[in-house]
Amino acid sequence: MRIVNVKDITRNVKEMCIEANYCLTDDMDQALKQAVDSESSLLGKQVLCQLQENLKIAAEDQIPICQDTGMAVIFLEVGQDVHVEGGLLADAVNEGVRQGYQEGYLRKSVVDDPIIRKNTKDNTPAVIHYDIVKGDKIKITVAPKGFGSENMSRIFMLKPAEGLEGVKEAILTAVRDAGPNACPPVVVGVGIGGTFEKCALLAKKALVRPIGQHSDIPYVKEMEKELLDQMNKTGIGPGGLGGRITALAVHVNTYPTHIAGLPVAVNICCHVNRHCERLI
Amino acid sequence: MEKHMKAPFDKEAAKELRAGDYVYITGTIYTARDAAHKRMYEALEQGRGLPFDIQDQIIYYMGPSPARQGRPIGSAGPTTSSRMDKYTPALLDLGLRGMIGKGKRSKEVKEAVTRNGAVYFAAVGGAGALLSRSIVDSEVIAYDDLGTEAIRKLQVVDFPVIVVMDAEGEDLYERVLNSCQEET
Repeated sequence: MRIVNVKDITRNVKEMCIEANYCLTDDMDQALKQAVDSESSLLGKQVLCQLQENLKIAAEDQIPICQDTGMAVIFLEVGQDVHVEGGLLADAVNEGVRQGYQEGYLRKSVVDDPIIRKNTKDNTPAVIHYDIVKGDKIKITVAPKGFGSENMSRIFMLKPAEGLEGVKEAILTAVRDAGPNACPPVVVGVGIGGTFEKCALLAKKALVRPIGQHSDIPYVKEMEKELLDQMNKTGIGPGGLGGRITALAVHVNTYPTHIAGLPVAVNICCHVNRHCERLI
Repeated sequence: MEKHMKAPFDKEAAKELRAGDYVYITGTIYTARDAAHKRMYEALEQGRGLPFDIQDQIIYYMGPSPARQGRPIGSAGPTTSSRMDKYTPALLDLGLRGMIGKGKRSKEVKEAVTRNGAVYFAAVGGAGALLSRSIVDSEVIAYDDLGTEAIRKLQVVDFPVIVVMDAEGEDLYERVLNSCQEET
């Protein structure tokens, strides 16, 4: 049994909220650089160059890449041989978010109630997902999620008879309908199978997969490639102003499901696909 | 086509702009997003005035991240415009000349844009750090309690935008989608 103090959780979450909002991971950075070369539309290229410049300024000025610094989505993979001491794990995470959003000059975008809508002024609470895993470590992933693209995300409860073609069409429909609103070029996380909530979580987790890493399942890998190709033929382009690069990647996760169902969740993320991982 | 223009601007100046033009704006603009629009709309419904003279002005749909010391503003990119659609026609009818945001607008907004000779611009979504460098001054002028959603008066220099919807109702987003459908 290994003991982890909640203070370590808070400190790490705080630092990760700031880091994720100031700079993208290397794979995202690379994907955006490659996009400039692949784009043929003049306006599209101009938008992609602005995004390059934007990343440079964010790092130089220590300012968030995007003013929507998101709702903090946090995945915790907790080893079952870890004992957390000093307080509640969720409180420690929220304290980290509170400190990170304050010290990092990040925008506080969370309201206390979906109808009454009073800003909590510290960006808490976070949305926390827990997994109990093997081992004595805790893996923390902080993924601040902006809502321009979150609002364009969809869940489809398809009929099994609709099959693979129905799934592909649903995913493309979500991306087409999102159009310019989701700040393309987007990263598309897809969950197929499970239950209503399980497929949504699969889709969310698909967004933190490194760009360019495909599914291990052969048909899923093919679908990821085909969908990316199709999305980049919609003409939506960077900023929705026309062009080739509408999406940077499509990541699909699957899970067993019920004999009567075929749930599909499409979680769209803008080009500011932020996430940051640490193992403690 | 690249153009430079001053803000505020009148109906005649709006006529010069075409969907697809790349425009650098210099002058005064105002920020307002969801909560500020709701309040302005309620003020109008109750027969009260708006917190600033809206004639010929530009509203930027934006809620910034906090400014570091010595800086006028934090990250400052556009938010999705369609959430303001419900409130926008009333503001256009009162003289609002321009809007900066991102994404599609409703039929009602489009009609109000052409009816009033206004313009809808897009700034590049997610380029908040870059756009912050074109903002030289920021002052909260109303609804301070709304925090990031308060109304701010901004001074901008060569603020880069693209004309999405011009005064004649030409729509760049639609043009993009139509040209793609023709190809397929």
